[in-house]
Amino acid sequence: MVTPKAEISKEIADAAKMCFQCGTCTAGCPSGRRTSYRVRKIVRMAQLGMKEEILSSDELWECSTCYTCVERCPRQVPIVDIIIDLRNMAVAEGHMRPQHKGTATNLVKFGHTVDVKENISKLRADMGLPEVPPTVLANPAAKADLDKILAATGFTKIVE
Amino acid sequence: MAKYAFFLGCIAPLRYPGIEKSTREVCKALGIELVDLKDASCCPAPGVIRAFNKKTWLAAAARNLALAEKEGLEIVTICNGCYGSLFDAAYELAEDKELLAEVNKILAEIGMEYKGTTKVHHFAEVLYNEVGVEKIKAAVTKPLDYQVAAFYGCHFLKPSEIKQVDNPENPHILDDLIEATGAKSMPRKQKTLCCGAGGGLKAAFGDVAKKFTETNLENMKESGAQYIIDVCPFCHLQFDGVQKDLGYAIPVLHLSQLLGLAMGMDAKDLALSTHITPVTL
Repeated sequence: MVTPKAEISKEIADAAKMCFQCGTCTAGCPSGRRTSYRVRKIVRMAQLGMKEEILSSDELWECSTCYTCVERCPRQVPIVDIIIDLRNMAVAEGHMRPQHKGTATNLVKFGHTVDVKENISKLRADMGLPEVPPTVLANPAAKADLDKILAATGFTKIVE
Repeated sequence: MAKYAFFLGCIAPLRYPGIEKSTREVCKALGIELVDLKDASCCPAPGVIRAFNKKTWLAAAARNLALAEKEGLEIVTICNGCYGSLFDAAYELAEDKELLAEVNKILAEIGMEYKGTTKVHHFAEVLYNEVGVEKIKAAVTKPLDYQVAAFYGCHFLKPSEIKQVDNPENPHILDDLIEATGAKSMPRKQKTLCCGAGGGLKAAFGDVAKKFTETNLENMKESGAQYIIDVCPFCHLQFDGVQKDLGYAIPVLHLSQLLGLAMGMDAKDLALSTHITPVTL
């Protein structure tokens, strides 16, 4: 068994440790079939503590989180959780695509991941739906609560 | 009468209001009372927001779960992403008391607490398990003779160990719900292949996402499907939005819209004008 280097968080290292590199994940991976993303390789790199190589790679962002690998893994490795944790580390170190920053900015601005469009609002009213959906969009106090959560957990900083 | 907190999410109310409207109408017709989960936010999205900052994801999801808990209601979602986030967050918080305490420290800042009791359902799962196919059949007033492709998406079924909705490799419940309308669900290759949009792929690597969608569209076309029936506004957006570029034109309907049609809903209440791939009925 490989002892992971300390650069990768203990949680990820512990989860990755169970992998014996059979490749079932990559064999069934729809992204791997279409890109250079090799999920087995990323888990191996995590085992070896190759932090910089993983965090700066495009491949880390080519997983669609479809969970096919998790369903088929004979060692019950929580592969998608590992990918998510690695992405969290990547973002914390400033590796974030502008498009993803856009999605994150929408959450901060609207409390939703997409913006509000005037034509849809009008259509909603025409259909007898509340013009503004009864979510944080309709209640500034609720939006302020969400904002506090985003600030307290360090999210607001991501989009600055 | 069954009663649920209706979690709207983002894409349905802000891009495809016909999905929201038809869900409301179909539930009314089937005796399910939907109470708007007021003040809710984005779930937040499992493939992007969770990938950026898990702590934010969990705390914001817990706020949504706490809003329903306060009303004493279980949540119903019409989106696989919302279902994925809220179900997974509820599961994690129910399993891990330390994590729950940590999240509650954050919620305390806004005067809220989550006790860890909210149950989360998907619309299609409620229809199958609570209402039942026979009752849906009985509510159909305009049987449909369409041949369709059932598209389950990923987070409706997976991870199956905790979701336990259906067999993740060979599911049938959406096919059964579709066939309750008289429509025929056509068998096809790679039925559970991801649409490609999830995990931030659509935003950052749109061309890769399209390759997933293209394989799905080819398999659907080969099966003879005239419509794509999904249970997720994000899969819906992906199929609806990229088909033209790929040279396909198979109209896309959410399950709620298909059921709405079969139950005699007026086509204008399906808001088909917001669909990018034209829908002819």
